Amino acid sequence: MRDDILDLLKNNSKLSHEQIATMLDLSVEEVENEIVQLEKKNIIVKYSTLIDWDKTNKELVSALIDVKVTPERDFGFDAVAKRIYKFPEVSSVHLMSGGYDLSVQVEGRTMKEVALFVAEKLSTIEHVQSTATHFMLKTYKKDGVIFKGETKPAERLVVSP
Amino acid sequence: MNWSKIISPRVQAIPPSGIRKFFDLASEVDNVISLGVGEPDFVTPWHIREAAFYSLEQGDTMYTSNYGLLELREEIANLLKRDYKLEYSPKNQILVTVGVSEALDLALRALLKEGEEVLLPEPCYVSYEPSALLAGGKVVRIKTRAEDNFKLRAKDLREAITPKSKVLVLCYPSNPTGATMDKADLEEIAEVVKEHNLIVLSDEIYSRLTYEGEHTSFATLEGMKKRTILFNGFSKAYAMTGWRVGYVAAPEEILQAMMKIHQYTMLCAPIVSQKAALEAVRNGDKEVEKMVKSYNQRRRVIVKGLNEIGLECFKPKGSFYVFPSIKSTGLSSEEFAERLLKEEGVVVIPGNVFGESGEGFIRCSYASSLDNIYEALKRIGRFVDKL
Ligand SMILES: Cc1ncc(COP(=O)(O)O)c(C=O)c1O
Repeated sequence: MRDDILDLLKNNSKLSHEQIATMLDLSVEEVENEIVQLEKKNIIVKYSTLIDWDKTNKELVSALIDVKVTPERDFGFDAVAKRIYKFPEVSSVHLMSGGYDLSVQVEGRTMKEVALFVAEKLSTIEHVQSTATHFMLKTYKKDGVIFKGETKPAERLVVSP
Repeated sequence: MNWSKIISPRVQAIPPSGIRKFFDLASEVDNVISLGVGEPDFVTPWHIREAAFYSLEQGDTMYTSNYGLLELREEIANLLKRDYKLEYSPKNQILVTVGVSEALDLALRALLKEGEEVLLPEPCYVSYEPSALLAGGKVVRIKTRAEDNFKLRAKDLREAITPKSKVLVLCYPSNPTGATMDKADLEEIAEVVKEHNLIVLSDEIYSRLTYEGEHTSFATLEGMKKRTILFNGFSKAYAMTGWRVGYVAAPEEILQAMMKIHQYTMLCAPIVSQKAALEAVRNGDKEVEKMVKSYNQRRRVIVKGLNEIGLECFKPKGSFYVFPSIKSTGLSSEEFAERLLKEEGVVVIPGNVFGESGEGFIRCSYASSLDNIYEALKRIGRFVDKL
């Protein structure tokens, strides 16, 4: 039940409790109780909206920054990550396996703003060994959703047997 | 030229399609929401489409064996064994066809002598009757009822049988009612089939879209495999309607007879579609499950919504159709569907096009997005309220 509710909400957080109850053949109370639990335990962290900013006039630049860290005793990845994620310019931080340690997404209005943030704030953090900045140029797909371009598949016939 | 003297009377005797009319009507209305579509709203899963690209790239552009690619027949045999414990030889008991549509036509043509009777439980899929007539058969319709959730009763079947009865067509889960028949229900039918030596055409194209209980394949019933022609395909379960590929499994003798027609009229199903189908049977389960889950959620929404509006319907256990009664409105099925389309822009199919016993009902397909279903329910509710 829990996974089914989460799957539905992940796709459309606007679904009402009644709608979810009908779709999953549950009572409204069951759904409400479960969602309260999920919120309390911070499993549902927030209800947000997926936006294709490229279609708006808003100036928005995103970059992924590969950060290499030299962790020390009593000052591990978590502590460095915290230093980083506290900045409002940082929209996500992940600990990675492989060639670098932290993957940091930074947003700003211009490339210069983002680049300066990396140079002045990120790379100067203690234990940050190096950074490599990659600007995102176009979003094709995000969170499992394809951002539609111009081409559309053929439409179904309105009526068929 | 007087074409009515030239065109075959057999073709002229076939009435125009009742569904076609709504297609034309719908094209005159703006902002239409359609619950009239008899195909999945999903695009074929990507891995299947991708397999088709590779196949083309590789140069798979030839005819295949008349039977279809052996690999594909082998996978179909495996699937039938896995899902229903049915054993069919890929060599001579499975034929890959251009959809279940072609396979049905082959079977009827291979079986029927002039005037032999085809028993059609109705409301039923619109192609059965014309196909039977074109094959020279005579159609005997058997009514089913809303109070039985549109299951076929053995008693009604028995009463419809005459010395000319030869073929019984079964389609569960059903288009248009969503009805299913469980093992016990089918066993009663099998009894009559045996008694009267009938051949059963079992169109199980919606088998994977079963939401409650398990689908029972008719050939698994005792003594039925030798008199059953089993139809299934890729159109509905894998969202592959446009690929035109399906299959039939049957005893060797009848399959050979069907094959004889197929080899001269069709040669083979398109190779790219067969390659795509191969990918579908091999690796399609995960995507099928996702789609089934989604249909199931929408099924619950639409059944609840229609009942709340006062259009009573049972909760169908299969396919992607619901078949609510509109008797409470006092309108005929055609009137209801036509007015609903003109006044609220919602397309549904009047139940009577599927047979007389569909009068007083409409077919609504829930192979449509949840948003569409909610909007359609809102409009149908408004329409019914102002009647
Ligand atoms: C009951 C039934 N049988 C057969 C078909 C045709 O299937 P195919 O696409 O395999 O020809 C349909 C399609 O609507 C159907 O509903």
